[in-house]
Amino acid sequence: MSDNKVIRLIIKRKNDVNSPSYEETFEIPYRKNMNVISALMEIRRNPVNANGEETTPVAWDASCLEEVCGACSMVINGEARQSCTALIDQLEQPVRLEPMSTFPVVRDLLIDRSRMFESLKKVKAWIPIDGTYDLGPGPRMAEPKRQWAYELSKCMTCGVCLEACPNVNSKSDFMGPAPLSQVRLFNSHPTGEMNKAERLNTIMDDGGITDCGNSQNCVEVCPKGIPLTTSIASLNRETTIQSFKDFFGSDKI
Amino acid sequence: MSTNREFFYRKLHSLLGVIPIGAFLVVHLLVNYQAVYGVERYNQATQFMTSLPFVYVLEIFLIYLPILFHGIYGLYIAFQARHNTTTYGTFRNWMFRFQRITGVITIIFIAWHVWDTRVQAMLGAEVNYQMVADIVANPLALILYIIGIVAAVFHFANGLWAFAVTWGITVTPRSQVISTYVTLGIFVVITFVGVRAILAFV
Repeated sequence: MSDNKVIRLIIKRKNDVNSPSYEETFEIPYRKNMNVISALMEIRRNPVNANGEETTPVAWDASCLEEVCGACSMVINGEARQSCTALIDQLEQPVRLEPMSTFPVVRDLLIDRSRMFESLKKVKAWIPIDGTYDLGPGPRMAEPKRQWAYELSKCMTCGVCLEACPNVNSKSDFMGPAPLSQVRLFNSHPTGEMNKAERLNTIMDDGGITDCGNSQNCVEVCPKGIPLTTSIASLNRETTIQSFKDFFGSDKI
Repeated sequence: MSTNREFFYRKLHSLLGVIPIGAFLVVHLLVNYQAVYGVERYNQATQFMTSLPFVYVLEIFLIYLPILFHGIYGLYIAFQARHNTTTYGTFRNWMFRFQRITGVITIIFIAWHVWDTRVQAMLGAEVNYQMVADIVANPLALILYIIGIVAAVFHFANGLWAFAVTWGITVTPRSQVISTYVTLGIFVVITFVGVRAILAFV
């Protein structure tokens, strides 16, 4: 029945950071319920391209395989998404795989997302509770607020919003929607709020919130459905107020 | 303002687009619209505008400098974008693209328009109905004027939408949808005023 059915994959490859990219086509035997990851695993098992030539296995990144880690993002048939939840049965063939263009390519489909992690460090996307003595319990968080904040906490730093944003590119140093929304998350936490002004001032720096051009692609593509544009608009309000406080002089916090 | 310089420039860029440039655009098009009621009415209106006290100070600080800053900084912003409407063809992404296209058209148009009118006035020409009628007597110039006016009005109307987001006025998706309709209405109304006015010179 499905014995001789094949899946055709056209993969944009690159041997290392400095070498040019090229396309390679693969034909692999069809199995039921495959996703892009299992197709790539099949190529790794038997690295032979569609011309029957022996080649190097395709490099890619993956970790959780359940769309919560964000590591396996790539451009599949023109759309940036996670390869673990991209089911072969639902994809048009040939399946075209490319690395996301916003990030430096390490090899093949493997990209370096460190710019996002650097941005998270820059905005201090955490709750600072470390100290030399026990600080005791923090303030309570209201349950409805916790539920609301949980939605923002679903961000997995997958990079799809940066890939879709026309203002995140080599000509600009815009940090992109994901780290901005994390500022909103940590500024709404009762303990995180204690560093609110500091985080706002960070995103008011170059490459921060004002580089947003409101194309609103981010909210359309976010695989976790995070209200990114609402976060940005809300932070626009917060930073506007903060800038007035900073300039005209009021309590900075 | 040692740090946060970009924040200040971007906010200033956004503010200047509405006050004074947007306000000036509306006043300008309304003055033009006087031509619909006849040559005399139009000449009276321009007479009033050009005989305002401190007119050079007003022109420099409320018109020329804001437009220069908004235009030059705007070009820098416009050419930073890497457009991707083929992949992400949503309404807002197209608006994002049109905002940049119309901005570039508008600044080119304004340069030509200022040359044709203000610079000629400084060289001794009189600003009146006849001056504009002479310009748009050429059908190509009329078409370019209409394109310039529509581009400027679009850039202003859509810019109002972005202004509301940039300053944190419209935060929720619902308020942003409603302001889309409101600014669309503003675009239609002011485009009518602008285009109807220029046709009165034909």
